Amino acid sequence: MENAMQAREPVIFELSRPGRTAAAQQPPPAPAHDIPERYCRQRPPALPEVSELQAVRHFTRLSQQNFSIDTRFYPLGSCTMKYNPKVCNALAMLPGFLDRHPLAPAVTGQGLLTCLFELQEMLGAVTGMAGVSLTPMAGAQGEFAGVAMIRAYHRGRGDLQRNEIIVPDAAHGTNPATATMCGMKVRELASGPDGDVDLAALDAALSPATAGIMLTNPSTLGVFERNIVEVARRVHAAGGLLYYDGANLNAILGKVRPGDMGFDVIHVNLHKTFSTPHGGGGPGAGAVGVGERLLPYLPVPVVGRDGAGYRWLDERDLPQSIGRLSGFMGNTGILLRAWVYLRILGADGLRRVAEFSTLNANYLLARLIEAGFDPACPGRRASHEFSLTLRREAREFGVTAMDFAKRLLDYGYHAPTTYFPLLVPECLLIEPTETESREELDGFVEALSAIRREAGTDPELVRGAPHTLPVRRLDDVRAARQLDLAWRPASQ
Amino acid sequence: MPYIPHTAEDVRAMLGRIGAHSTAALFDEIPPGLGVDTLPGVPPALSEMEITRLAMERASRDGRPLNFVGAGAYEHHIPAPVWALATRGEFYSAYTPYQAEASQGTLQVMYEYQSMIAALTGLDASNASLYDGASALAEACLMAVRAHRRSRSARILVPRTVNPVWRRVARAITEGQGLVLEELPWCPQSGTTATEALAAHAGEDITAVVIQQPNFFGQLEDVDALTRQARALGALVIAVANPVALALLKPPGEWGDGGADIACGEAQPLGIPLSSGGPYLGFMATRMEHVRQMPGRIAGRTVDQAGRPGYTLTLQAREQHIRRGKATSNICTNQGLLMTAATIHLSLLGPAGLTRVAEACVARSRELVAALTASAGARTVFAGPRFHEAVLGLEVPVAPVLEALAGQGIVGGWDLTGDYPELGHALLVCATETRTTADIGTYARALESLLDRARAA
Repeated sequence: MENAMQAREPVIFELSRPGRTAAAQQPPPAPAHDIPERYCRQRPPALPEVSELQAVRHFTRLSQQNFSIDTRFYPLGSCTMKYNPKVCNALAMLPGFLDRHPLAPAVTGQGLLTCLFELQEMLGAVTGMAGVSLTPMAGAQGEFAGVAMIRAYHRGRGDLQRNEIIVPDAAHGTNPATATMCGMKVRELASGPDGDVDLAALDAALSPATAGIMLTNPSTLGVFERNIVEVARRVHAAGGLLYYDGANLNAILGKVRPGDMGFDVIHVNLHKTFSTPHGGGGPGAGAVGVGERLLPYLPVPVVGRDGAGYRWLDERDLPQSIGRLSGFMGNTGILLRAWVYLRILGADGLRRVAEFSTLNANYLLARLIEAGFDPACPGRRASHEFSLTLRREAREFGVTAMDFAKRLLDYGYHAPTTYFPLLVPECLLIEPTETESREELDGFVEALSAIRREAGTDPELVRGAPHTLPVRRLDDVRAARQLDLAWRPASQ
Repeated sequence: MPYIPHTAEDVRAMLGRIGAHSTAALFDEIPPGLGVDTLPGVPPALSEMEITRLAMERASRDGRPLNFVGAGAYEHHIPAPVWALATRGEFYSAYTPYQAEASQGTLQVMYEYQSMIAALTGLDASNASLYDGASALAEACLMAVRAHRRSRSARILVPRTVNPVWRRVARAITEGQGLVLEELPWCPQSGTTATEALAAHAGEDITAVVIQQPNFFGQLEDVDALTRQARALGALVIAVANPVALALLKPPGEWGDGGADIACGEAQPLGIPLSSGGPYLGFMATRMEHVRQMPGRIAGRTVDQAGRPGYTLTLQAREQHIRRGKATSNICTNQGLLMTAATIHLSLLGPAGLTRVAEACVARSRELVAALTASAGARTVFAGPRFHEAVLGLEVPVAPVLEALAGQGIVGGWDLTGDYPELGHALLVCATETRTTADIGTYARALESLLDRARAA
């Protein structure tokens, strides 16, 4: 018999019965509407008709088919899956914040604006930047804002030929995609063998067409870019600007600031470093910080002080702004969660984030090396994350990084990031975060070691994993070839 | 140490295993002289009790005014189960479902959401969310340029009846790729886009035409005629829609003779709190022929190795983590949790409930407009059918009126003077199912006495 927890949950449309409804949720009937028929739809939309309990049970059961931080260790590299404190959610959902219309006058929003102004100031302090705009709604939109500001800066100086953005080969895919969205050409930069930027390759890439370079530091390999000061000097000397991708900011909070490293613009992933939820794929928030020369270009709105109170500064206040990126002021509710988190941690708590996430990563790396796994950057100190290469395991046992990842799910651990960065063969990128206990890390080492033993004795077991989840490995090829993207009665 | 579980003994033992003397030693690859010792500008830590008190004080300072403004964000009743379920840790603290087997819950919700958006828009395929309505419009413009195989101009006609902030956002996001967004005028009587305005572009290479229904003024556009005219120009049609209105209105997939090519908009009205401006939920749907040009994540139903149905992210070759610089968009993180909330919301309302909400919006809006224009000093500006918003012309400047209303705990609408100076003293007002007759009476009396006083002065 199938385990009750593994039973397939029907599509909600399959639960639907004509005429059934969650009646308590409906407003009282209104008089017939006066919209002429030619504007109207002929039949109601095909939405499911279920009772309130059916809906509650359905979505509760679906939630139980997810791994999450609240239920499992989730060591996903470059994603900073740390505990999302419950209080951050509770306070962001206070009625005064939650029910407020974004276009209500600023006089009725001074409490909110005070919080957001403090958040701007705190993020400026943490990153070493002169100004901050909170409006970008995710990391990728923060990147967009950053590159758009770099573009606007060069254009503002009449320097029109700068149309290239240099991106390391280990960068997140959003970096080159962002450069393209901003109308820039992408110039890829190979990493050196130890993970640092290859300075000779950098010199070869720099030219009068260089608009800027996008870097993550610590890099996506999980090591600190030791040449950063020299990289900044050379890029600036060539007339380019430096963009800091904040994906790995957790590693250096309160220890070293991107502004001091020479970066001109940075985005911060509040849903990573400042513990706002990932929500199954968002919402994020990608606040941007800039040095003095990019200040006039910040995306609007920005919270400004106005006498004794606060208000949103807009295009009239910042006429050179790259403009608006959202319908209102970005993901405000997420910004509030980050504000709560920062105020609870304080300056000392932020430094501890860097220290303990780094401690956890280096401990885990040391233990995995003892257990016989190969680091991708031997001899380098881990930052808050590190990568392993399972090339040897793949060769000896015919078991890939993907197989290890899937088998880990059977052991109750979410898989690390796999096959990223692309330049590390059979890569696992592991980020434990500061909120995990030593016991949890030890359990993870034991699980990976056990899988390694299984790979030697019963490779099929590992290649066929997972075995204990609601589904086994899914047919991605079929998913893409026989597209089934929406439920239709005929598809049953 | 908030949220850090380590005991002193843990730290000692872990450092011993690493072979480091102190945690400071773990940062020895950072070049000397680059680090900082403190973070001036970040205040000292607060306990949960202290931050709770501070946040409650600030939230209550903002009060809970009576709301008559829409202009892109709409107050609706949100069933209690929506956020009770959406904030379950299993949804709230999960990552993007890249490990499909460990994320079937989120993936099935995405599939159900896509199904519901397809049903509302009358189109084949939806993505699993974009950031918000404004950025969704920008992405739709970029998508249209990719999807239109013959057009070379990247010219997109955008009526001035489209939300003015969204137009600005679309311009800011598409400018780098050379898109040209050109305005179309509106008819002063109806407050809608005249088909003649489109016809004036006959013979030109136009990539796409944007049509918002209901438009920013709350008026209903003649979407069939505009869609036909856009097709006659050889342009694709981008529909911008309010998902609650779609319970009553003709779905974009049925506009004109062939329907719109892309529908997008703001799904905040589907169970998402006003929340001072976000996080909201951008939606987008299209016809199957354009699905490979659509940005954002898409869930698909497939089978596992045992032949059982299951869900996975699909068509990922469109996305940045695979295609990098050649991706359809740079979007990565989207609005997963809001998508979850909207799916639960739509499941609880169903077709009958959503229709009733839309009908109540229409009824309340009519009642509001009648009440506000009953006395001298306020009149409706446009004739013709509307959904739940309306433009009122006042005899006096709008800003001081709104300010005075705010002092009485009423958010009276959106001042159109800045974006549409040609309308004079114009105010955009809205009422949804959440406004009662008593609420409307409160607003009408307050406005009347303000206008009376202004007249007397």
